[in-house]
Amino acid sequence: MLDLVSSQGITVEDRGPGDSPLAVRGLTVSYGQKPAVFSVDMTVQPGAMTAIIGPNGAGKSTLLKAALGIVKPLSGLVTVYGRPLEQQRTRIAYVPQRASVDWDFPTRVIDVVLMGLSRELGLLGRVRARHKAHAMDCLHRVGMRDFADRQIGQLSGGQQQRVFLARALAQEADLYLLDEPFAGVDATTEKAIIDVLKSLKSSGKTVVVVHHDLATVTEYFDHVFLINTRKVAEGPVAEAFTAETLQSTYGGRLATAQIDQISRVLG
Amino acid sequence: MLWDALALQLGYNATLVAIGSTLLGVAAGITGTFLFLRKRALVSDAVSHATLPGVCLAFLALVVLGGDGRNLIGLLAGSAVSAWLGLLCMNWLTHNTRLAEDAAIGAVLSVFFGFGIVLLTIIQSLGVGRQAGLEGFLLGTTAGMLRLDALIIAIGGAATLILVTIIRRPMMMVAFDPEYAAARGVAVNRTDLAMMGLVMAVTVIGLKIVGLILIVALLIIPPVTARFWSERSDLVVLLAGMAGGLAGYLGAAISASTPDLPTGPIIVLVSFGFFALSLLLAPARGVLAAVLRHVQFQRRIHIRQGLLALAQGQMIYEPLTLRLLHRAGLARADGVATDAGRARAAKALRDEKRWEIVRADLTHEATAALYDGLRDIETVLTKDQIEEIDLRIGGPHGIQP
Repeated sequence: MLDLVSSQGITVEDRGPGDSPLAVRGLTVSYGQKPAVFSVDMTVQPGAMTAIIGPNGAGKSTLLKAALGIVKPLSGLVTVYGRPLEQQRTRIAYVPQRASVDWDFPTRVIDVVLMGLSRELGLLGRVRARHKAHAMDCLHRVGMRDFADRQIGQLSGGQQQRVFLARALAQEADLYLLDEPFAGVDATTEKAIIDVLKSLKSSGKTVVVVHHDLATVTEYFDHVFLINTRKVAEGPVAEAFTAETLQSTYGGRLATAQIDQISRVLG
Repeated sequence: MLWDALALQLGYNATLVAIGSTLLGVAAGITGTFLFLRKRALVSDAVSHATLPGVCLAFLALVVLGGDGRNLIGLLAGSAVSAWLGLLCMNWLTHNTRLAEDAAIGAVLSVFFGFGIVLLTIIQSLGVGRQAGLEGFLLGTTAGMLRLDALIIAIGGAATLILVTIIRRPMMMVAFDPEYAAARGVAVNRTDLAMMGLVMAVTVIGLKIVGLILIVALLIIPPVTARFWSERSDLVVLLAGMAGGLAGYLGAAISASTPDLPTGPIIVLVSFGFFALSLLLAPARGVLAAVLRHVQFQRRIHIRQGLLALAQGQMIYEPLTLRLLHRAGLARADGVATDAGRARAAKALRDEKRWEIVRADLTHEATAALYDGLRDIETVLTKDQIEEIDLRIGGPHGIQP
């Protein structure tokens, strides 16, 4: 196995799939006859922040959903911390795309965050003061404490995204999977989210983000996973996020000017 | 008469019907809320229509076996079996074919109901048993309501409510965000089936009173009514139960107090009455409130535009603007500003300039997002900040709000 140097300059060993927070082997998912994800292997590095990158319709979200068992794959194995997904559900927190929800649903911000505690509450358990306090604490971490009693439809897009993140935080998981959390959010929200993700990483959690903004990859992430139906590249940003891998991920869809700009960012 | 009915003083049968209708209304309202929030309201229509062939087949089976064809428990068991079959058909069609859910609902509803009508016609032409009364399952009948019928509703309703209480959290999670629920390990399809099973139970126990055609109204109108009054799902559930129960009680009382008024349809009409009142009068989501908000907003816009025109010495052409300014004492009837109007106009113009600076300044980004052309700048910036902005604008200072 390779020895890699992480961004903090500490030498870490690139772990195999054995005890990886999320390992995917030979995963193929298809809606109808055209595979959205084809025979993909992915090994997420523990304690890292990984971006899943690729063009629209490249299977980024599908990969995440299949890894979570939300969509059923045609083939492939998913292990979470070396064990089958079903045994490890409590260790995963998922932040879905904002568009997946009806925001006119009659529910308040605090109720959404409390959904993160559904395991702890069980079927009949009462919501107690400590649950509320925990939920408020999570809202505080994303800067949404003052909005706890608002109906979710009254929030801006960015604020809704932060509420989703707070719900994931409430789970106190080890692995965080986020689907396009920065899509269409304001600058304040982007900063709030990235700060939370970085604090998760520094407390040893693993973060995987479906990401669309190539300009911020080097700034936010230490690992990348490039996908266009098939896996294109995987590894530390410095090695896997290059002009060549981007070219083969995006093909003709990425303008040369964009690649030049990114190459400049990469140095 | 009505008061006697409301006080349950109209005799044994009327009292049974009133109690049964109330319990049914509560159970249907609460169960229906989950269906409504899952956006599956029409499923209940297919489920209820799918009960008919079961009722008829159960009747035939009972007669063939030499029993009483009107044995309610037997008929309801038959209706439950065929409704469940209908549900499974719909579930299979939506998950395994390219049919959308509305098409699957239409297919199941019409096929099952058509088959049921065929069986009903056969039964009537056969003249077997004491078939009189089977049509009652279409629109409901309370004429011959027995203690057993009320007991079935009470026990069925209570069992339904207990089950709803147990699985309310997974049902609500699936209704709000099925993908997140799946990611948390909630079995989405099984939860949906359980929810529809509960709807089926309510339908079956409600067949006797409201009949299979109108039961959908008891399931759907109360949650829609409740939604007007609350932004919290748990409160919507409770309010829907109350609205449903009240409609059941009032409807039964009204129909008992007047001869020849059918119970089921009256309950539905009372329920609709609650809905209509809510639609009009609900404080935040009601139609009147929305109209009022719009009119107020329009007036504020007119006054603001009028003030800005006054400040810049422009003519005001719109009669509504003139009228509003005049009524507020800001302008004379001929459109010339009063002293108060001049002061307000100057303030409005200055605020526009202040906002212009705020919106051009990146450090005020969060504030700039609040700009709507109406908001007083004092409500979003501190005195110091405004003074700092005024320094940048220059010109006369100290214009007071």
